[in-house]
Amino acid sequence: MAAEGKTIDALSQFELTHAFGPIGAAVNFTQSNAHMLAACVVIVALMAWGMAPRAVVPGRFQALAETFYEFVENLVAGQVGHEGKRYFPFVFALFMFVLFGNVIGLLPFAFTYTSHIAVTFGLAFLVFLVTTVVALALHGKKFFGYFFPEGAPLWLAPIIVPVEVVSYLSRPISLSVRLFANMVAGHVLLKVFATFVVLLGGLGFIGPVIAVLPLSVNVLLVGFELLVAFLQAYVFAILTSIYLHDAVHLH
Amino acid sequence: MNEQNDFDARLRQARQKQGLEKADAAAAEGSQALPGSALRIGMRAGVEVVSALIAGSGLGWLLDRWLGTFPWLFMLFFVVGGAAGVLNVYRLFNPRNGAPR
Repeated sequence: MAAEGKTIDALSQFELTHAFGPIGAAVNFTQSNAHMLAACVVIVALMAWGMAPRAVVPGRFQALAETFYEFVENLVAGQVGHEGKRYFPFVFALFMFVLFGNVIGLLPFAFTYTSHIAVTFGLAFLVFLVTTVVALALHGKKFFGYFFPEGAPLWLAPIIVPVEVVSYLSRPISLSVRLFANMVAGHVLLKVFATFVVLLGGLGFIGPVIAVLPLSVNVLLVGFELLVAFLQAYVFAILTSIYLHDAVHLH
Repeated sequence: MNEQNDFDARLRQARQKQGLEKADAAAAEGSQALPGSALRIGMRAGVEVVSALIAGSGLGWLLDRWLGTFPWLFMLFFVVGGAAGVLNVYRLFNPRNGAPR
C-alpha cells in the first residue's frame, strides 16, 4: 500500500525508524527499542515508586502495584501450584512487559513493539527454553517420557512420538503468533477507520456528517483494543504458567 | 487478624446475597477457560492448528535439508504437523490428566 494522498495506508505504522537521531542510527537503535525502554522504565517506576510508602492502607499507586502483583501471583499459584512461586518473577516480568507494550502502543504517536513477530517470538522462545530447561533440570531423562504417554501400546510410538514432539515445538509459535496477530489486526483496524474519517471528511458538504460514523467506530475500537491489550497479556502469562505446570509436574 | 476475618466473612455473605459470588466461583472453576466468545475460542483453535502445521513442516524441511531427501520428509512432517494441530485443539478442551483446568 503506497503512501499516496488518498489511499489507505495501514501498514506503514509498523515500519521501524531510528530513534535518538544520528546516535540511534549509528547503533541501529529503533523506536521499537525506545518504546521497550520506556515500558521498562514505567514498570520499574510504578513498582519502585508505588511500593515506596509500604502503607497498610495503600494509596493509589501502591494499590495499582499490589493489584498487578496479586493478579499474577494468583495466576501462577493457581496454575503451577505451590512450587510455582519460584517462577513468579519470570511470569511477572513477562506479563508486565507484554501488558505495557500493548497499552503504551495504544497511545497516539506511540509504537507497539508487540506488533512485531520478532519481539513476540523472542519472548515465546525464551518461555520455551525456560520451560524445557526447568523440565530437564527437575526430571532429567524422565522428561522425554512426556512425548510418549504411559499405557499407550508400544507399536504406536512411531506415530505418537513425532506428533507429540511437533505439538511441543509448536508451542512458541502459537504463543507468539497469537499475540502478534491480535496486535497487528487491532492496529490495522484502527488505522483503516481513522483513514475513513479523513477521506469521508473531505467529501464537501455532506462529508463531515458521514465521517461521524467511522469516528464512532474508532472510539469503540479503542476501548476494545484496550480490552485486547489486557487479555493478550493475560493469555501470554497464563499459557506460560500452563507450560511451567507441565514442566514441573510432567503429566 | 480476627477483625479482618470477620470482615471477609461478612463481605462474602453480602456478595452472596447480591449474587456476585457465583460469577467469581465460575471464573475460578475455569481459570484456563478464557473470558470471551465463541469467536475467540475459534481463533485460538485456528492459531493452534496453523502453528502446529508451521512447526511440523519447518521441522520436516530442516530434516530434508540435512539429509538431502527433499521433499519426502517435508511431506511426511506436514501430515504429522496436521495431526499435532488436531492434538493441540484436543488438548485445548481436554488438558492432560492432572492439569488444572
